Amino acid sequence: MDITSQVNTGWMLTATVAVTFMLPGLALYYGGLSRTKNILNTVMVVFGGFAVTAVLWVLYGYGLTLGDSAGGAGIIGNPSGLFGLTSLMGAPTPEGAVPAILIAVFQLVFAGLTVGIIGGAVEGRMKFSAWLIFSGLWATLVYFPVAHWVFAFDSDDGSTVGGWIANRVGALDFAGGTAVHMNAGVAALVLAVFLGRRRDFPAVGRPGNLPIAILGGGLLMVGWYGFNGGSSGGIDESAGVALTNTLIAACSGLLGWLIVERLRRGSATSLGAISGVLGGLVGITPAANSVSPVGAVVIGLVAGMIAFFTLGLKERFGYDDALDAVAIHMFPGIFGTLAIAVLADPSSPAGAAGLLYGGGLGLLGAQVLAVAAVFVYTFAVTALIAWVLKTTIGLRASETQERAGLDTSIHAETAYEVDDIRS
Amino acid sequence: MKLITAVLQPSALAPVKAALAEAGITGMTVYEAKGHGAQAGKVEVYRSQKILVEFLPKISIEVIVTDATLDAALTAISEGAHTGQIGDGKIWVSEVSRVIRVRTGETDEDAV
Repeated sequence: MDITSQVNTGWMLTATVAVTFMLPGLALYYGGLSRTKNILNTVMVVFGGFAVTAVLWVLYGYGLTLGDSAGGAGIIGNPSGLFGLTSLMGAPTPEGAVPAILIAVFQLVFAGLTVGIIGGAVEGRMKFSAWLIFSGLWATLVYFPVAHWVFAFDSDDGSTVGGWIANRVGALDFAGGTAVHMNAGVAALVLAVFLGRRRDFPAVGRPGNLPIAILGGGLLMVGWYGFNGGSSGGIDESAGVALTNTLIAACSGLLGWLIVERLRRGSATSLGAISGVLGGLVGITPAANSVSPVGAVVIGLVAGMIAFFTLGLKERFGYDDALDAVAIHMFPGIFGTLAIAVLADPSSPAGAAGLLYGGGLGLLGAQVLAVAAVFVYTFAVTALIAWVLKTTIGLRASETQERAGLDTSIHAETAYEVDDIRS
Repeated sequence: MKLITAVLQPSALAPVKAALAEAGITGMTVYEAKGHGAQAGKVEVYRSQKILVEFLPKISIEVIVTDATLDAALTAISEGAHTGQIGDGKIWVSEVSRVIRVRTGETDEDAV
């Protein structure tokens, strides 16, 4: 392996470790937002969904996602020869490139986290077995194809063909505004509808442990540097720009949320701060290498506000997206993807020009098409999976289990020794 | 002999303890409690979701006193706990028919 490859490999190893911090981050963030009787179940949902997806990724998910597009159609990768990742061992690494097996494990974490994000919808009422089966089906039928569309690029020498959104449409989605955040958010919306509302929705009670949620959100923020920074694929200016924009959008997201929260609700809250950080991070994820730092400030600020204003939709339309995957991931993910069409800076590593920089409507069309395609596909296929599971094994825990809390009724554990007299 | 029960704000514990000590009363039992009086809880907001927290943290203090020290004890507790704000709490007094100090076997007023 040449020295450039080694240097790039060093960064991708670092980014892979960093991005894996998002697993405990997501588990603790969602766990802390859960009621005290469900925190352990929520943590299990995140870790369990990740684990199922990781194993499937090694078996065939990598091939479906990053394999040569079947028939050159850009719809799904051809996993033949890639089952179990075995063939990646000993494969030659092109000059300057990173070993394919390292890219495989880096992308594995993306897949697992995307499934984990959906888990925000199910707090306190989903059978754990049904969740694990859902995770495997959803990763297979939704994530792997969609990630192929968005993340699989044609190889420079034309020997392998990638996904249709990334290559034929030419939409810009750096680290997963569509494939990760909007994808998971749409799935959360659909699953929440099929699962039904928790008892007493919307007055279900307060988050069980905000400091834990804030710790988790902070871990997510740090892990996000690996998520976006590693999406550059190596050490170059793109990684630096992505890290800069990621940090800035997190901060402006915090401010965006707190400004509207203070004006509309009277208090700037700690939960609002961490929610705004995450909204800003989601918003910048697709745009991290295509906008200027000032563009990142704008995206984060608006994404934080969008997340705040879309919270109320679940009550208006009656879907119980318990921990707000729709408001925090779906809407800011859509916004960030579309904002590229306006704010893309030609001097950025991506090099595209948005409308503000004299770019044409072509980029806007590509971004809209990417969002629409992923939305429709994910909505439909997630609904199919949820319907099949609901009519066969059932999705929902029993009323007795829900009342007692899933920690004790499903996992035979409790998180807290303290009593929970609140209402 | 009387049993004084006081349900107070948690922040009242230190001033009440000091006021009782000044009145010469050192023995007490303290419980962490949850409750509400006429105020009926407090609204908190999480991600715009208003949540009524009905039972708020309180402390409950129990003190056994002789009839002679009752008034001094009541004054100490009520003055120590008074802020004038909603939720300051309540104090009530009950009759105690017998008291035994376990270590010495002393009974009634000797054991208080």
